[in-house]
Amino acid sequence: MLELLQKPWPWYVAGPLIGLTVPALLLLGNKALGISSSLRHVCAACVPAGIPFLTYNWRAEMWNLVFVLGIALGGFLGYQVLGHPAVVGISPETVHDLQTQLHLTDFTGLLPRELFALDNLANWKGWVFMVLGGFLVGFGTRYAGGCTSGHAISGLSNLQWVSLVAVIGFFAGGLVMTWVVYPLLF
Amino acid sequence: MKYLKYLVLGTLFGIILTKSEVISWFRIQEMFRFQAFHMYGVIGSAIVVGMVSIQLLKRNRLKSISGEPIVLADKQFNHGIWIGGFIFGLGWAITGACPGPLFAQLGSGVGGAAVMILAALAGTWTYSALREKLPH
Repeated sequence: MLELLQKPWPWYVAGPLIGLTVPALLLLGNKALGISSSLRHVCAACVPAGIPFLTYNWRAEMWNLVFVLGIALGGFLGYQVLGHPAVVGISPETVHDLQTQLHLTDFTGLLPRELFALDNLANWKGWVFMVLGGFLVGFGTRYAGGCTSGHAISGLSNLQWVSLVAVIGFFAGGLVMTWVVYPLLF
Repeated sequence: MKYLKYLVLGTLFGIILTKSEVISWFRIQEMFRFQAFHMYGVIGSAIVVGMVSIQLLKRNRLKSISGEPIVLADKQFNHGIWIGGFIFGLGWAITGACPGPLFAQLGSGVGGAAVMILAALAGTWTYSALREKLPH
């Protein structure tokens, strides 16, 4: 059993469990799953700066911040305590593409150190991949009113066509970045 | 204590994201290059299970444990949905992470995740400040 928990989980185990989080939050607290809102609550709590969109009772949304804290704790337990393989088992085609197009050589860890190690902040890669990338995630999710959890999982589960528009937008952006911008960057 | 259930649910959610490797940049690249079914399987089966669950909750008019009727607000359309969605998509393919995975990465010990979360907060704050001037 422990050995099964330690190995990476297949999609047909993880996906349904993620899906069950939606009714679990509704039944336990009448809350809709959504994670990017936590970024707004942190802004509202720390730097509201008189901005109307950040002036609200964020304390009423404390559950969301606690949920996100739990996600970080889960990341620690799932990776450091339950253990992990040295290399994420992606397909050989992806490895080949990343080697030839992005010139990556180190495939250990969850993300490539050649782009995301902190010392990359001394060159353009760190600024594009960590700073600009993170900025777009924060700006875009709030502009769209949700991320993968709020729109793709929670929204589509509740048959919201608006969320389908959002998810098509997410994928369009991701495809343009991967297929158009990456070849220009490297 | 009233928040303990959210801490437990969040922790389970974080473990699932981590063990299924959806918090890996490599997995997101594999997804956007259509080179494996894994991510599509995770997201697709999560939606199917979520959809069936919500239908069951609604049809049986179930109440939450505190006795309130379960309500799910309808999402309203505005042009930010697709403009912002596209912008997030660009960022998703760069960072290889949506907001949930960023927090799980941080917990797993990825230092760069702290930089990305700070940058995401800056992005959210900038959107909030410019909101009135942006097309919606």
